[in-house]
Amino acid sequence: MGRAGAHGRAPLGRVAVALDVTWAVKWLTLSAQAMAEHRVELIELDRAIGDSDHGENMDRGFQAVLDKLAEAPPQTPGAALKLTAMTLMSKVGGAAGPLYGTAFLRAATSLGDTAEIDPAAWAGALAAARDGIVARGKAESGDKTMVDAWTPAVEAARKAALDGNGDVLAVLVAAAEAAEAGAVATDPMVARKGRASYLGERSAGHRDPGAASSALILRAAVGAAA
Amino acid sequence: MTVSLVVVSHSEKIADGAAELAAQMAPDVQVLTAGGTTDGRIGTSLEKVLAALDKAGSGGTVILADLGSAVMTAESALEFAENPEEIVLADAPLVEGLVAAAVAAQGGADMQAVKRAAESVGGPARHPDDFPPGIVGEGPATGKGPDFTGDFELVNQAGMHARPAAKIAGGLSALDAEVTVNGVDGASMTGLMTLAAGKGSVLHVEAWGADAERAVNYVGGLVQAGFGEP
Repeated sequence: MGRAGAHGRAPLGRVAVALDVTWAVKWLTLSAQAMAEHRVELIELDRAIGDSDHGENMDRGFQAVLDKLAEAPPQTPGAALKLTAMTLMSKVGGAAGPLYGTAFLRAATSLGDTAEIDPAAWAGALAAARDGIVARGKAESGDKTMVDAWTPAVEAARKAALDGNGDVLAVLVAAAEAAEAGAVATDPMVARKGRASYLGERSAGHRDPGAASSALILRAAVGAAA
Repeated sequence: MTVSLVVVSHSEKIADGAAELAAQMAPDVQVLTAGGTTDGRIGTSLEKVLAALDKAGSGGTVILADLGSAVMTAESALEFAENPEEIVLADAPLVEGLVAAAVAAQGGADMQAVKRAAESVGGPARHPDDFPPGIVGEGPATGKGPDFTGDFELVNQAGMHARPAAKIAGGLSALDAEVTVNGVDGASMTGLMTLAAGKGSVLHVEAWGADAERAVNYVGGLVQAGFGEP
């Protein structure tokens, strides 16, 4: 048997993380790094079924987020997400701008002034973000869009928040893994929304770039807490 | 205070061009643009849309957007706006909708009426032939004959085209009168254009309401003056 962790909540050797503003800023910073690292990959995915600007746009958008965070350091996780929303909507340019912008904005609204996010609040913020994406983009599950990464992530986070005994890292991990599986599951789908839908059957066999970038962002949330 | 219009397009050139076209029809209406990204690329920017909304006057604002992310960015702007009740997004084709909205705003229509004017261009064209026999000439709702009528022959070379239609519709939308011209709504610029009435055609004007006489005289005056055209 392993040794009991501090307060009996987290296993020893893993510092119990607080999802506070420091974590939020680190999450966004790691997201920006992920967009820069995967820029070419996202461009390639988007070239196959879209207009090949997704990697470029996301990289530019998140670099602008980093500048804004440095200019006006936020005081709460919600404030950090709202700043991100505003910046992405202004700097991304393509459809990902208002979609991610709305996602971050709704998540920020859901979190309010909370200083530290607990598992239920994280699951709630993800659900609010997903609902925002659905409202803005009018896409449903199975349309080969970022919704196909977000909806499994929301469900996994909810389940982990209920089962997890207050372990917030477990909720972050569950969401990230479900988003990654959801992105992979878009490969065989035929696109019904966005530019890719013009390709019809020819869109099958390629991963949706928005689902791929969504998975990267939710994975960065784990990295920021590890 | 007339209603202000905001054009959201992926392209700065499209936004500027559409605004220029609308301004020709509606010189007193504030038409603001949010075209392209902040660094001059193709795309849309919330920052630009919010900046345009900020500059808009206090008479209400109607947004027209071209496609896809422009619509989404405009919807997002409503979420961020401090006065969302004073802004509406029209679901209309950008150029036609903008011109119709501008003409309605020029005529003094309120925000919801301007939105309706923009959205009406997407509907089926109303042509006299589309009306079943016996309906043409009946009052819009009253069922009784018009209060005033007039018949005027088009004397200008080009006949009824965009600019005359805008003048007629713009003026009539400010009057307290229901007006039909050859069976179509006289306050609808696109309705008037569907008449495709050339030089020598006769416009039959029927008007109901307090300003009915003024309305008939207004149309008659414009037509007889050839809309100021050769």
